[in-house]
Amino acid sequence: MSKPADHAPAGPRQAGPAVPPRLGLDPALVGEARQLAAQAGQPIVDMARAHTTVSVERAVLRLAGLSGADADGMPLANRLVDAVREQVGLERGVALPAWDALLRGGYPDLAALALDAAAGKATFRVPAGDAARAARDAARRALAGGFARIDANRAAREAMIAQTSDPPKPWIYLIVATGDIREDIPQAQAAAREGADVIAVIRSTGQSLLDYVPEGATREGYAGTYATQENFRLMRAALDEVSRELGRYVRLTNYASGLCMPEIAALAALERLDMMLNDSMYGIIFRDINPRRTLIDQRFSRQVHARAGIIINTGEDNYLTTADAVDGAHTVIVSQLLNEFFGREAGLADAQLGLGHAFEINPELPDSFLLELAHALLVRELFPGAPLKYMPPTKHMTGNIFAGYLLDAFFNLAAVLTGQEILLVGMMTEGIHTPFLSDRDLALENVRYVRNAAGGLAGSLRPEPGGLIDRRARQVLDEAIRLLRTIRDQGLLSAIAEGTFGITRRPPDGGRGLDGVIAKADGYFNPASEILDGSTIQEGAAR
Amino acid sequence: MSGQIIRPYGDTTGDGRVQLSFTLPVPSGTARQRALAEGAALQLAGKMGLDPAMVVHAKAIGPDFTFFIVYGRVAHLVDLSAVMVAGREFELLAPAEVNLRIRAALGRRLVVIGATVGTDAHTVGIDAILNVKGHAGEKGLEYYREIKVINLGSQVDVADLAARAAAERADAVLVSQVVTQRDAHLHNTRALVAAFGPPGPGRPLLVVGGPRFDPAMAAGLGVDKIFGKGTTPREVASYLVHALCPPGGGTAGARAGTGARA
Ligand code: B12
Repeated sequence: MSKPADHAPAGPRQAGPAVPPRLGLDPALVGEARQLAAQAGQPIVDMARAHTTVSVERAVLRLAGLSGADADGMPLANRLVDAVREQVGLERGVALPAWDALLRGGYPDLAALALDAAAGKATFRVPAGDAARAARDAARRALAGGFARIDANRAAREAMIAQTSDPPKPWIYLIVATGDIREDIPQAQAAAREGADVIAVIRSTGQSLLDYVPEGATREGYAGTYATQENFRLMRAALDEVSRELGRYVRLTNYASGLCMPEIAALAALERLDMMLNDSMYGIIFRDINPRRTLIDQRFSRQVHARAGIIINTGEDNYLTTADAVDGAHTVIVSQLLNEFFGREAGLADAQLGLGHAFEINPELPDSFLLELAHALLVRELFPGAPLKYMPPTKHMTGNIFAGYLLDAFFNLAAVLTGQEILLVGMMTEGIHTPFLSDRDLALENVRYVRNAAGGLAGSLRPEPGGLIDRRARQVLDEAIRLLRTIRDQGLLSAIAEGTFGITRRPPDGGRGLDGVIAKADGYFNPASEILDGSTIQEGAAR
Repeated sequence: MSGQIIRPYGDTTGDGRVQLSFTLPVPSGTARQRALAEGAALQLAGKMGLDPAMVVHAKAIGPDFTFFIVYGRVAHLVDLSAVMVAGREFELLAPAEVNLRIRAALGRRLVVIGATVGTDAHTVGIDAILNVKGHAGEKGLEYYREIKVINLGSQVDVADLAARAAAERADAVLVSQVVTQRDAHLHNTRALVAAFGPPGPGRPLLVVGGPRFDPAMAAGLGVDKIFGKGTTPREVASYLVHALCPPGGGTAGARAGTGARA
């Protein structure tokens, strides 16, 4: 069954929907849903524009090339931002005081300044007049350098794809999670050789809660590997090597969530990652990060992703692990519409919106597969231009690996039938451990069989008008519209507080990281945002 | 006594048939490598007591590994009379009985604090035990009138948990650990015990749970009780009563030094 030739080089991917629409949703309803999402989301965008966070400011420094850590392992970006915050506050951003101090002190670079700042030897001020102009110019020059590197990475990705090939959809997405980058690399390369198109290096537990990004290559994560700039670089280099060997570009994914969402986005851009988990609410709901903090951070991080040509993956699938997949189906749709609104507002093209959803209905429920098809078709048709990310069953995977293998096959079938484009490969041992080498190999065999046997069926599935699939899809859309109306009226923050998503309550002032949120003052200066807001406008116009 | 000695059952009584799958770090690219790999698999199966053993499937995983499925016959006998089960040392009670026993023994509500500690963010398991909604058709501890539940959620620092437990004069601390990779659950349990100190008067009952915990490890880890996969809230409530509210009143409630509270 293993057919290495399975990944024959594909021609250029065709644009537009993977499968023709089949539910025939009422365009007026769809339009109303989008409009409600925009109304519900706009106050959040306004809040995000009016605030900055410590991580946004650190990301500015990282984009200007600051890296490294002090003797205690604390990143220099943290040292510099903390020192500026302590002396003059961050209401006007870190850039003005930092570059002013750089120029005044005659430092060779930001790292030298940060070390002095950490030692309490640098003094900061908010410059005015000529000094401010000089600081701004210097900061802009530094950021232009960072963005030149990001643009070059984007071009290098295109060149690599041209040199190798872009695999056909659905892209096969596999997770590695040993905790040790040195183990991850051979596992990722092995997975690519076995057919993975996308490798996700899942992060260690607890990284979300760190208010800094660890430095260097790491070997000690729990159930995942730390996201660091060096780990990113090592893995991308390893996948470049295997992409050349296979004649197929293997994409790399990591996770921009938690307290350092903007910085991780910056590092991903600098090291040419290809996809990033980036959800507007995941960190709030599943890591108890403060809602305001996450919603502000997600905007900046998505602007960076947009510039870097990175495809984001949103996390709606997770809601169905704490909520019931049938009862909560409409919350997935609502969240996708919000993620789409926030994503587009931040400059992401539709082709960069890997909206997430999942096959998580209790398999004991009668007609569960029909309901799954209804949900998957609905998502497909609501977001025709988005490369949807479809997650396999997790919650109902038990110790019965044989039954699990069957369920995964049905998931794969639903994926090919409904034209999902990023397929996270389900593991029969999901209910037991992070995957063994053989689990992954068997899972890929499952995908290959289904794709081979039934891939051609996609165009033929036509739910009977008025039948169960058709009715269920419409019902979920109706419920989603109703919920969106409520959210628009009560506000997204209070909807989150009430446990609307994943039946988890998160009050606006609870959770971690609120102390890192700062209201911008007049004269706020952020040289990265200047460039990103510019490219946002361009991208928006190009759409 | 017949029926006490058994063997695995394939399709005939006593045939001893079992199946097994594993991966060996050996290549099987060439015919010679394949033969060597299968021989290696058979050697392992033999040492594990499968005789005869048959490799029914061998597949290369990349250039360096081979995956095997093996069927075989084991000669071993299982003596049911020698099987040790950590039998439930407590009686399973209905919620009304639990409430009664608490009232009789403590004269106040029993205070339970729950959390997932360390960096583990899984809450579904502990919520299944604590929340009214419950699990497997049984209501959670919040439903019990005589139990006061404080659910701190996930990613809780053990020091914070200990401080809160002292402030609330908790009778029992319920901790969930779901991530087990690299023994994360064992490290965190040891950290928990270190934060609360050794068992004895003044320490609340320490109860941990999670799907990959071995209930037999409680003593070794220094906790009072471990619950594994499929635990139901009623089992936990019954255990708490068994441990903290001996029949006929008693003063086990003084364990956490809470006698003063009405
Ligand atoms: C839902 C889920 C999630 C959700 C959690 C949402 C939430 N708020 O809880 C989300 C998506 C957030 C998630 C994230 C992750 N997950 Co997860 N997740 C699962 C999943 C699919 C189901 C777990 C579940 O809810 N079970 C249902 C409950 C009811 O069962 P239970 O936990 O066993 O609880 C019962 C008993 O064990 C017991 N019990 C449990 N706790 C306690 C406590 C006490 C005191 C008592 C008395 C009893 C008790 O009673 C309960 C009722 O019977 C499992 C896979 C699976 N099918 O099991 C993976 C799984 C647990 N996750 C896993 C991993 C690795 C992660 C991540 C670390 C991945 C990553 N690197 O990012 C992250 C977590 C990061 C972090 N900081 O922890 C692994 C763990 C592997 C291992 N053995 O170490 C699993 C097994 C998946 C896998 N195969 O890789 N996950």
